[in-house]
Amino acid sequence: MLSIKNLHASIEGTPILRGINLEVKAGEVHAIMGPNGSGKSTLASVLAGREEYEVTEGEVLFQGKELLPLSPEDRAREGVFLAFQYPIEIPGVSTTNFLRTALNQVREYRGQEPLDAVKFLSLMKEKMALVEIDQKLLSRSLNEGFSGGEKKRNEIFQMAMLNPVLSILDETDSGLDIDALRIVSNGVNKLKSDTTATIVVTHYQRLLDYIVPDFVHVLYKGRIVKSGTKELALELEEKGYDWIKEEVDSTATV
Amino acid sequence: MSKDNQILEDLNSKEYEHGWSVNFETDEAPIGLNEDIIRWISTKKEEPSWLLDWRLKAFKIWQGMTEPTWANVNYLKMDLQALRYYSAPKQSKKAKNINEVDPELIAIYERLGISLNEQKRLQGIAIDVVLDSVSVATTFKETLGKLGIVFCSFSEAVKEHPELIQKYLGSVVPMTDNYYAALNAAVFSDGSFCYIPKGVRCPMELSTYFRINAANTGQFERTLIVADDSSYVSYLEGCTAPQRDENQLHAAVVEIYAGAHAEVKYSTVQNWFPGDKDGKGGIYNFVTKRGICAGDHSKISWTQVETGSAVTWKYPSCILKGDYSIGEFYSVAVTNNYQQADTGTKMIHIGKNTKSRIVSKGISAGKSQNSYRGQVQVMKRAHNARNFSQCDSLLMGNQCGAHTFPYIDIANPSAKVEHEATTSKIGEDQIFYCNQRGIATEDAVALIVNGYAKEVLNQLPMEFAVEAQKLLALTLEGSVG
Repeated sequence: MLSIKNLHASIEGTPILRGINLEVKAGEVHAIMGPNGSGKSTLASVLAGREEYEVTEGEVLFQGKELLPLSPEDRAREGVFLAFQYPIEIPGVSTTNFLRTALNQVREYRGQEPLDAVKFLSLMKEKMALVEIDQKLLSRSLNEGFSGGEKKRNEIFQMAMLNPVLSILDETDSGLDIDALRIVSNGVNKLKSDTTATIVVTHYQRLLDYIVPDFVHVLYKGRIVKSGTKELALELEEKGYDWIKEEVDSTATV
Repeated sequence: MSKDNQILEDLNSKEYEHGWSVNFETDEAPIGLNEDIIRWISTKKEEPSWLLDWRLKAFKIWQGMTEPTWANVNYLKMDLQALRYYSAPKQSKKAKNINEVDPELIAIYERLGISLNEQKRLQGIAIDVVLDSVSVATTFKETLGKLGIVFCSFSEAVKEHPELIQKYLGSVVPMTDNYYAALNAAVFSDGSFCYIPKGVRCPMELSTYFRINAANTGQFERTLIVADDSSYVSYLEGCTAPQRDENQLHAAVVEIYAGAHAEVKYSTVQNWFPGDKDGKGGIYNFVTKRGICAGDHSKISWTQVETGSAVTWKYPSCILKGDYSIGEFYSVAVTNNYQQADTGTKMIHIGKNTKSRIVSKGISAGKSQNSYRGQVQVMKRAHNARNFSQCDSLLMGNQCGAHTFPYIDIANPSAKVEHEATTSKIGEDQIFYCNQRGIATEDAVALIVNGYAKEVLNQLPMEFAVEAQKLLALTLEGSVG
């Protein structure tokens, strides 16, 4: 489904990603871990099409299509969803209104009829249950005055509504207490299917207790330096990242 | 290059939609301004002598005045002697009702999306249309007449209801008020008049639609709204003009009188030609709007959505004379390219327990300058006066300016006055967030701007709110890559 080949990206001339290779197949959950500043969030942003990042080399195929030439909105319409680490506030625009605009633009791109108010609301009701989100929250201004947990729950709710093919969760666990973490993870798990895939970007192993990955990759200095199964995450939790850093840095100097 | 810069660069691609003009026979005054021209206008309109005297007096006063320069706007002064002060479409005879109006005129308004056909109109809005200097049609007159409501052109009101005009004309905005108000008093050609009798709740929105068609012509209309005790009316005003290279002057006066327990809502969606992307042409919109809450428990509410004009100079105000009276001002002012707006309000608290609320939302893009100027004045006997002001500015790009000039003048220690102000930028972050959900950048900007202006747009009657939303999006359309 997703095939990243030798991806290099920089911001304001500083290289951040230095040759990422990653294959994600339908039905899989991949976790991207790594120390601070290793390029985890950059990878998520580049995939979503954030313009500050300049791709200097490499290619990304998404469902057989070149992803990088597409605008951010077309990537979204093709089925790429990014759950933001810091969801953005838009005053005066309710989540409902925002999502209705989004969903109908996505549907239009896919050649589907726009949803009328009744169908939209019933879809909302269905997805609200999934992330245990209150309707009152959805009629408030998008993310404005939301608690950290509410914001993240709202991200997953949007994900449920837009029904993406590839979901990228960027540090979705940051700022969540244990209950919110469970609710958010449950939502993500319920949305998993044989035809969709998930990339979980996280600093901590904790989230992976709830969203169990098929593969764990460690990102360091802009490269995937180690890949394994969920046991790797446990090992990292126990030992930290230093041993990997040492391993990488010593081979680099040899 | 950041996305913001790109937004800016593409900001100018959208053309003004109403920039066309139509050729038809007109009845015009000679170019220039002097006593003879004023007499010419007055004769043309078959006015009584008291009105001519009033005009001449205003002209004398105006001659002794100078153009105000305190506003935060820069423009080339107009040669007022080079303007034409009266231009009217020639109609074979005065139309008694809408069916007698020249089809060509009706076509102009159809093209603007305004149907004058009463059957085709959405129920619930009566409309008076003013083309250049004269009112050409008023709809639903009979329906309103049954309730005792007078809604007609100003000229007609002078003939049919001279006692009301004499009583209220200049009572809220005296001819001595300011340079443009004095000029308007001398040369005003037409406008709308409305009178709501005691205890009557006007069952439909009353609306005036102004259109400047002729070149080199100033539009000086006067609107007078009188809401007698315990009455209610909601009034809408819309405006457009053709696209021309020269600047055109629009210097209107609006006066509102509200008796005890009366309520008047006045909404404007102003879409005068703003000039082209290089700042050439466009309307100078120098307007004086003021209402007086004369009776106890009366209320006047101004809502304005200002998207057009090259230069705007406009401060819809409330004189809160009656005890417990309420004044409100809700404004969205958008400036793009080289537009300049200096707009705001004055709330003058005279009566006891008077309340005022000001919500101003400025949106600046391109190389435009957007200023809020507001005054809250609490007089000595205005015990327990309350004011809440909120002035927000939204900036797009880094070549525009937003300015706030709040003046507060309190002479009674029991007053409570609050002022809140914020300045924000449409961020790349917000746009990217929308993009990431599948929303195109242009729609994202419209969504963000409409969200920002929501509190004001909510004040507009439904049909108008939809139009205003589209207009906001249109003004900023092409602002994105």
